[in-house]
Amino acid sequence: MVLVLAAMGIHTLLTNPRFQFDVVGQYVFSGTIVKGALLTLELTVMAMAIGVVLGNVLAISRMSKNPVIAAASGLYIWFFRGTPVLVQLIFWYNLSAIFPQIGIGIPFGPQLFSGSANSIVTPLAAALLGLGLNEAAYMAEIVRAGIQSVDNGQTEAAHSLGLTHFQTLRKVVLPQAMKVIVPPTGNELISMLKSTSLVSVLAISELLYSAQVIYARTYQTIPLLIVASLWYLALTTVLSVAQYFLERRFGRAFRAASGRPRGFAPRGIHPRMKKGPVAPDAR
Amino acid sequence: MPDRVIVRSEQVRKSYGSVEVLRGIDLEVRDGEVLCIVGPSGSGKSTFLRCINHLEKVDSGELSVNGGLVGYRERGDKLYELRSRDIARARRDIGMVFQRFNLFGHMTVLQNIMLAPISVRGESRSAALEHARSLLDRVGLGNRGDAYPGQLSGGQQQRVAIARALAMRPSLMLFDEPTSALDPELVGEVLTVMRDLAGEGMTMVVVTHEMGFAREVADTVVFMDNGTVVESGSPGQVLLSPRNERTKAFLASVL
Repeated sequence: MVLVLAAMGIHTLLTNPRFQFDVVGQYVFSGTIVKGALLTLELTVMAMAIGVVLGNVLAISRMSKNPVIAAASGLYIWFFRGTPVLVQLIFWYNLSAIFPQIGIGIPFGPQLFSGSANSIVTPLAAALLGLGLNEAAYMAEIVRAGIQSVDNGQTEAAHSLGLTHFQTLRKVVLPQAMKVIVPPTGNELISMLKSTSLVSVLAISELLYSAQVIYARTYQTIPLLIVASLWYLALTTVLSVAQYFLERRFGRAFRAASGRPRGFAPRGIHPRMKKGPVAPDAR
Repeated sequence: MPDRVIVRSEQVRKSYGSVEVLRGIDLEVRDGEVLCIVGPSGSGKSTFLRCINHLEKVDSGELSVNGGLVGYRERGDKLYELRSRDIARARRDIGMVFQRFNLFGHMTVLQNIMLAPISVRGESRSAALEHARSLLDRVGLGNRGDAYPGQLSGGQQQRVAIARALAMRPSLMLFDEPTSALDPELVGEVLTVMRDLAGEGMTMVVVTHEMGFAREVADTVVFMDNGTVVESGSPGQVLLSPRNERTKAFLASVL
């Protein structure tokens, strides 16, 4: 059944001339498209960086003992997860409609710096703000889940040794939370790569917009969408492979640490484990 | 000053919601003293121990270590909780050993021991390493410094946890049922280390179910039940000729 459907799919790909694979071949490595793909990558990396850094801050704030800080973080996450990222993007793009002038200064005091919103929030800045701030809300939940996966006894032990709250997080809790944080973060990165196509509405010449610009001129819509899709596929494939190796690395570090191999790794793979008795259950 | 007071507890009370778990604990621990707290589970003995280094907050009463309040400062006749940084400072001199070891799973044995001396006391790496190695020798694990906690037996892990606490050169050691999570054949090695430590004059507060250890090593045994100190005195007095009916009933059930 699957084979028949697959055969039908391949057959139509090969025989339907309207896919225009000659046009695909003509554009796939053209300057405009390659530049667009590079910009897509840049946007992905930068927006993700904003998301990861801010997401950590939000996660830690969310678990703060100070109810005001915790609530502020919760409110942020609620708002940014509850509105479509496309709406957020357009909103940032049109920020000048609400605040024609933005600046940095002392509240109700003198301005240190100011300028027109249009010159500060360029389309690129609006894209990064929209994607990055939205991503931060999702990363916050991932990091929080990771932190909560670490046994509270670890925190108590670190506190009893005189480590401060922050030292405990950085040296004891977060390193052990990585095993839970890394896999979904890889998924977020891949999903971010695809989400960057949304910023085409801000006329930023990333991959999709570059393709759109060409087909608006030549009316070769389908072949150029195929070109864009091929690039997206290639980039996500690279990221998936990277994610696989990263997960394996963190997984292995954990297996060595716990002494109990998980998954299909045979026990004999870690020679160190042969020494000494096997740890009894701690409970 | 041979009998300087290290821990002083006056009318310490604590509740979880409407359940009062500590109902006015009075006791003193002097320099070099080994105090064992025994009693049925749910009697509040672990909670009291955790109050000493402020892992639990005290609701009322006064609890001081080395003459200073732990986690609070006094202004007028009110107590204010310290900022987390100052609480951390107060905890440096109090070592704690947990029932479930709580070794840091992502670090080797040596890294576990060196973490706090380096990042809290600001010791140099080489000094911390040297000290860590000598502590490992002391607990009989000199050759396991590069192992991860998960590769060690429970008894070995608990001995590492003791070494980790000692690395901060504490003036007081707290033990929260240190052998309760161990297989019976591994209990002895941990008790041996604790016995040696007591012999060297370390001030220790030990919550334990090991009556043999309490009888042999403790200077003072405290029997707690239902959030109060029912009876306290020398091991011979409390464990061998208890006066209180509740103490008698408890000892009859465990011995």
